[in-house]
Amino acid sequence: MIAEFGLAALWLAAALAGLQLFAGAIALKGRAGELSRLVRPVAVMQGALTAVSFAALVMLFLRTDLSVKLVVANSHSAKPFIYKLAGTWGNHEGSMLLWVTVMAGMGALIALLERRLPERTMLATLATQAFVGLGFYAFLLFSSNPFERLPMPAAEGMGLNPLLQDIGLAFHPPTLYLGYVGLSVAFSFAVGALLTGEVGPTFARVMRPWVLGAWIFLTIGITAGSYWAYYELGWGGWWFWDPVENASLMPWLAGTALLHSASVLAARDALRAWTVMLGVVAFSMSMIGTFLVRSGILTSVHAFAVDPERGSFILVLLAIYIGGALTLFALKAGSIAEGARFSATSREGALVFNNVMLSAILGIVLLGTLYPLLTEAFGVKVSVGPPYFNPVGAIFAVPMLVVMAVGPLLRWRRDAFARVRKSVIFVGLIFALLLAVLLFWRPMGLLPWLGMALSVPLAVASVLPLRGRNLGHLPLSVWGMVVAHFGLALALFGMAADSALTVEKLAAARIGDSTKVGPWTVTLDSVEPVAGPNWIALEGRMSATYRDKAESSVIAPQARSFWAPPQQTTESALLTRWNGQLYAVLGDETEDGRWQLRLWWKPFVTCIWFGGLLVALGGFLALLGRVAVDLRRRVAVRKIAARKEELEKVQGR
Amino acid sequence: MTRGGWKFWLPLALFAFFVALVGTQLLSPAQREVESAMIGKPLPQFVLAAASPDRPGVAAVDLKDGKPRLLNIWASWCIPCAAEAPQLEALQKQGVDIVGVAIRDRPEDVAAFLARYGNPYSRIGADNLSEVQLGIGSSGVPETFIVDGKGVIRYQHIGDIRPEHVPMLLEKLREAGA
Repeated sequence: MIAEFGLAALWLAAALAGLQLFAGAIALKGRAGELSRLVRPVAVMQGALTAVSFAALVMLFLRTDLSVKLVVANSHSAKPFIYKLAGTWGNHEGSMLLWVTVMAGMGALIALLERRLPERTMLATLATQAFVGLGFYAFLLFSSNPFERLPMPAAEGMGLNPLLQDIGLAFHPPTLYLGYVGLSVAFSFAVGALLTGEVGPTFARVMRPWVLGAWIFLTIGITAGSYWAYYELGWGGWWFWDPVENASLMPWLAGTALLHSASVLAARDALRAWTVMLGVVAFSMSMIGTFLVRSGILTSVHAFAVDPERGSFILVLLAIYIGGALTLFALKAGSIAEGARFSATSREGALVFNNVMLSAILGIVLLGTLYPLLTEAFGVKVSVGPPYFNPVGAIFAVPMLVVMAVGPLLRWRRDAFARVRKSVIFVGLIFALLLAVLLFWRPMGLLPWLGMALSVPLAVASVLPLRGRNLGHLPLSVWGMVVAHFGLALALFGMAADSALTVEKLAAARIGDSTKVGPWTVTLDSVEPVAGPNWIALEGRMSATYRDKAESSVIAPQARSFWAPPQQTTESALLTRWNGQLYAVLGDETEDGRWQLRLWWKPFVTCIWFGGLLVALGGFLALLGRVAVDLRRRVAVRKIAARKEELEKVQGR
Repeated sequence: MTRGGWKFWLPLALFAFFVALVGTQLLSPAQREVESAMIGKPLPQFVLAAASPDRPGVAAVDLKDGKPRLLNIWASWCIPCAAEAPQLEALQKQGVDIVGVAIRDRPEDVAAFLARYGNPYSRIGADNLSEVQLGIGSSGVPETFIVDGKGVIRYQHIGDIRPEHVPMLLEKLREAGA
């Protein structure tokens, strides 16, 4: 029953999306009257129905209902509760249902909360949201029905990919999806504004908190995903330029650019067409990323079920939505392009530079991701990896980071460089000094050298906007900017330190043998079998001592064997200190009874993820600030209206 | 059309190109066997330093000692290379001599890769400038060549070796005189 109920809710939601589109479109023609009042409630209802449908699927997974095909293919009755839950979205159909749920949910939220835009633009926005939603409903219902029953219930499920049976990963996809799909709101706002031609500061102010919200989730999702890859895959790396990683990075880059250009539009009414363009691009990147991953057109470590028919379906959706939005942009952009002017040395100037660089990096990543496809069209297969992405990306990332240090110190519209000269020289001196010190300290690659030397002055520069200001009265959004920029500097430091200072040791150790890796001495005490709920493992118990300290810590990596489905995974073990992590992996037993150990000492590697979280926290502070300002404004407007009314009464009308 | 109208069409043009590209890819079935221009030709002269401390480097003369071999072009940063590792392992267990050429790699990455995925190679050369790779008509990783005992290229396999390719490669090796 639950499955049929979920499916019915989904069909109803799809029908409501159709109604929402129809009513919105008629209203835009100016002939709706009563019908236009339907749009908002319908959007809310549609959101509620998808939530019901998603809840139904969750329930099927929690009960391990073995008459449902999707549950049989992706779950197992012996799995722990949390992985039954995560099984809901750990597969193609379930994750697409999550996609439409988030999409309809965001639509419902803007329908409920957003009242600042002209109603016509708002209706156009909601109609667009419904229009995009319809495509994904069709995709779900016609090609990826998650509620499909089996003719005969199965005896047992086939289990979830063991690599995905990890607590960090259980909540990684939903977080990422909130970000990915949350950007659909920016897309709909942009298309709505293009349709009505009302692009201005209000549009930017309205769009900004929604984009911020999605961007925060995207940031957290990428950070968490990177940490997962780091400790779960057991390769000791934290970013592989894999197509799936790129698919999440590209919307983030576009979203970051969008946030910055929206603040120019909000404050100064400039960059109108550009901001609208980025609004379209950000969500387009989400969709293109999804397409690249799901169609199986690129080889990736993230293996989704590959099905060319599904790929064609998503491609058609892409062509309709992105193609449609870009056509609309081409037709209408000319009429909205004019905006305020500004000089190059100004806050806007710096932000434009940032935008161009971010877009260039986006282009580089997109090109690198698509390049294998491009050459395959000529019959040549290639794999593009870090030797391309790192140096080519850095060409644009380094100037962007330099301008990021200076930009926030500049005033809007026009500024004299002389005013910020002292700060720039101060920060520049730190940079030059560090470059020299690192050069003499030890040999390292060009990029790690630049990165480490740049990160410290960048961190210093990020807090400079606080100088000379009353910290108690500083708007939260400024705090947000400071925290986010500082986080980026911290992450950069972690990345550079990891690649410059990591020490790696491969050893074949007998029980009782000690191995030195960096400042650590690691002794293999024993290797013992351990069992979990659906796996057995060999666990290597090691004691690790840091320098000459007396006390030692225990570190215990495992080689796990899952039995449903049968697969081997390595569970690395980590020992975290403030200045880095010891990373241990247990390999196979050699023929002469020794154990293969892989040990890394990774100084300051944790800064990468702490930095990422700080960037997200910065976004959160900025969001709080914007919402608070908006609420205060609303209260003020209401008060003024009330007073006016009173005044009119007193005046005896 | 309004001022600067043409440039507003640029994004759409780029996107149309993207759709055309992936569309043709989706519709045409993946073609994995490509006739190489280098088949039947001898290897160019080259000498590569060792990429791993426990295996010697590779030179063209090493491949002319009368024994047919697999020449595997790979890199530690290439994900499909990790995927084909079990198949190389299986080929090696069946007595196939595999010579590796690591493309634009760092010694520590090579070591980490071999520790994780196993080392089926009898020799590994470090091709830091892709000169050998380009010289033998390969432009991507992974690729695998069958070289007969006289140093002549007999077959080129583009992309990762899947389990179903293993018997085919063994057959080709036999044809090359193993």
